[in-house]
Amino acid sequence: MTAGPNKLLLRMTVVSAVLLLSLVVALVMGLSLGSTHQGFDAIINTLMGQSPSDPMLQAIIWQIRFPRVLLAALVGAALSAGGLVFQALLRNPLAEPYILGISGGAAIGGIIGIILGFSRFPGVTLMAFAGSMCTLMLVMIISSGQSILKKDALLLSGVMINAFCSAVIMFLISMTQDARLHNIIFWLMGDMSMTDLRQVGILSAILIPGFILFFCLSHAMNLLLMGREMAMSMGLQLKTITLTLLVATSFMVSATVSYCGLIGFVGLVIPHLLRMVLGPDHRILVPACILGGGAYMVLCDLLARTLSQQGEMPAGVITALIGAPLFIVLLKRSNR
Amino acid sequence: MTAAVDTIKISLTYGKMPVLKEVSFAVNRGEFFVIIGPNGSGKTSLIKSIAGIEKPQNGRIDILGRSLSDYGRKALARKVALVPQTAPVDFPFTVAETVLMGRAPHLGLLGLESESDVKIVRQVMAFTGITELADRKIEHLSGGERQRAFVARAVCQSSEIILLDEPTASLDLAYQVRLMDLMEALKNDHGATIIMVSHDVNLAAMYADRLLLLKAGRIMSVGRPSEVLTFETLEKVYGCTLLVDQSPLGDFPRITLVPGKFKLLTGSGNRHL
Repeated sequence: MTAGPNKLLLRMTVVSAVLLLSLVVALVMGLSLGSTHQGFDAIINTLMGQSPSDPMLQAIIWQIRFPRVLLAALVGAALSAGGLVFQALLRNPLAEPYILGISGGAAIGGIIGIILGFSRFPGVTLMAFAGSMCTLMLVMIISSGQSILKKDALLLSGVMINAFCSAVIMFLISMTQDARLHNIIFWLMGDMSMTDLRQVGILSAILIPGFILFFCLSHAMNLLLMGREMAMSMGLQLKTITLTLLVATSFMVSATVSYCGLIGFVGLVIPHLLRMVLGPDHRILVPACILGGGAYMVLCDLLARTLSQQGEMPAGVITALIGAPLFIVLLKRSNR
Repeated sequence: MTAAVDTIKISLTYGKMPVLKEVSFAVNRGEFFVIIGPNGSGKTSLIKSIAGIEKPQNGRIDILGRSLSDYGRKALARKVALVPQTAPVDFPFTVAETVLMGRAPHLGLLGLESESDVKIVRQVMAFTGITELADRKIEHLSGGERQRAFVARAVCQSSEIILLDEPTASLDLAYQVRLMDLMEALKNDHGATIIMVSHDVNLAAMYADRLLLLKAGRIMSVGRPSEVLTFETLEKVYGCTLLVDQSPLGDFPRITLVPGKFKLLTGSGNRHL
């Protein structure tokens, strides 16, 4: 029978607590494991701030790994929540954070930045952000002629812009031959290796208000699924909410892409995975995607930097390598 | 007494195509009001305008004595509920969750429902006879079951005015009557105002206090079923031959379609029965 009000709060709390715990575990694992083979207890001691342990280990953990795992958690959270929002907004299960062409624009901007020899931060990041904002503007202008709220117009302009952008990206890549090519390819596949606490701070200042906004609008997202007419007749400010979510999500995704390139698949697979397990209520899914997406990304990044013997591989490779089979298995099981 | 809905010369155009032309009528509180008319006559646009979803370029609509444009979305939703003609089929929530969403205009930001909201949902589900569907997913229901869930959701909104756009279209005979009975009960027992778009002139004749007949965006006739559903009017509006006589059930007209092969039989003599 009908879920009681307290039951919902209870479910929200339990789900959030469990996923928060897994995020914390993932963060601790991300901090403790890596290419330096230190004893686990030495690392735990360092984490707890107890031992006067060796400054080398201190530096590795706090200056290299700490910003990196935080970045991974933020990016995973933003992409998963962004995917969830776009899936509700466009009422399309294939929607993901990059669907409106934001990624393509960011990639062009980023690649031009790399080719021009800009530093990774702020040069390339700002170029990428400018690129994604240009495409977002373009998508809005194209689809606004026929009302922004027509989801297919939005979707189609996004797909077209993405197609155009990948052509430009291929063109730029084929024109580049030296070491910058490697940089470009790594950036395109998603790379979180270069960051510091200040950058993480800037990113979280952009993302965390967005997360709060998503949570506040989570019931509205439930209503959105009922379609335009029913949602409006139940008192939903359809235009305002659609536009707010669209702009906020695009802004957040642009920020993450600018920082660490294109990390695919998280934004598509995590919302679906969690929906299969937790049901369709966005009041539970929004916090779940933020925490679960963060944990998933931290673990994927951990694998990305430990699996390969020489150097590391892009995190985007791992997210899809694990995510796709996992998703297929769950899909098979839920059909039964 | 203020009217439930009062439209004054509303005109609506999509692009360059006029859909409603200076439509003026009033629906009394506690009235069962049915809008009929041929395809493309503007029925759905009219009901969407009353729901505040379409914005007529000219004219004004008053809801319970107050201009529709003065209502906020949520305030309007507490007065007017809508069962639209098209609803999503792939909706992932259960029936109980869907009906509960009808409480949205009464809830705060996160839509956290109180015990009393849950109680209302239980009552409405029992009232609409869908209690046994509570835990089924909307996407797994038949068309008729889904329609009943969406109707229950609208009833749950506890608004005085309920708008329904062809609610019986996907229902079998038994549920057509049940739905109409339900709306009549809401009207009689709870003082609700029912405004319904329908293609089924016979159901309309049976239940409506008054009918509005629309053609090409203009009102052709408003009044009691026996005043509106006359042979002359119907033949002019629908452009086909019909047999209009009195229903054996009571004092309202019965309309029978006349297929081509019977045209000769019904010739001049008895078609005015």
